[in-house]
Amino acid sequence: MTAAVLDHASEHPHEEHHTSLPVNSRKLAIWTFIGSECLFFASLITTFVIYRNSHDKGPGPKDVFGVPLVTAGTAVLLFSSFFVVMALNGAQQGDRKKLLTWLSLTVMCGLFFVGMQVYEFTHFVHEGMGYRSNLFASSFFTLTGFHGTHVAIGTLWLGTLLKDAYKGRIPPQKALNLEIAALYWHFVDVVWIIIFPVVYLMSLGT
Amino acid sequence: MTDTVIVHDSHDIPHASAGKYIQIASVLFVLTALEVLLYEVCFGHLKGSGLSTSLAPHFVSVLLILSAMKFWFVAMFYMHLKFDIKVLTWLFAFSLVIAAVVICALFVLFTYNRTLWWATGSWK
Repeated sequence: MTAAVLDHASEHPHEEHHTSLPVNSRKLAIWTFIGSECLFFASLITTFVIYRNSHDKGPGPKDVFGVPLVTAGTAVLLFSSFFVVMALNGAQQGDRKKLLTWLSLTVMCGLFFVGMQVYEFTHFVHEGMGYRSNLFASSFFTLTGFHGTHVAIGTLWLGTLLKDAYKGRIPPQKALNLEIAALYWHFVDVVWIIIFPVVYLMSLGT
Repeated sequence: MTDTVIVHDSHDIPHASAGKYIQIASVLFVLTALEVLLYEVCFGHLKGSGLSTSLAPHFVSVLLILSAMKFWFVAMFYMHLKFDIKVLTWLFAFSLVIAAVVICALFVLFTYNRTLWWATGSWK
């Protein structure tokens, strides 16, 4: 029976996996993963909020944070969410040109954001804020570093889909492949929607 | 905003139209601009006016409300929760509730650990 199932799977690699719920199992899986990520980032953000004033030794947020660059990064990430839904719209309509254009823009936004974060981290280290400078620095680098890693993974994921789209491997029937990656990307954006005001604006203001 | 939806084929959940996505992007952009403007008025370059004096005490709460609005727009429209089956909304909401419990637990743990409540005698 197992062999028969495997044969069926190899003959129909993209057939939908039916579950008792009226939702695709892969979509359910990514939402479950996103749910677990909520707990992960909730812990990291709370830890930062608790330790944000623990900078007796070394620089604090008001010494190193700058609003303009991070605002630009936030805007780019927000626009990338818009770009990826437009790419999905193109994939679902079978409009390859639209898919390629918007998906390319999304990948570029991801690269810009990662670049911005690398620049920001380098700048902070030059300002004397290393990972071990104080608890504020440790919790800041851990939180934003993990978020940046998620952005980098998302950019790679969307990059592979861009390659597939370029080769014409994302017809409307396989638009779900892009939708799942887009859900992950939107979640990364949603996390930044929290990080930007809580980590940067509140640390500078209060 | 109208609730225009597009159904691509019989197996698809209907999603919002491109026009709707543009509207949501505009709203998100405006909300982000408001966040930065709020910071600038309260503590940045525009500090010092009567507006900053009245807004500064509410800075954190206004910022959190603006973030919650952005979060809601992205989750509902870009992540399609508004159009997908309700099971996914409940799954996400359940995760957020557990996350809120984790946040409260951490605050209680760290506050207790720093003996802030203990020192005032309110923690027995």
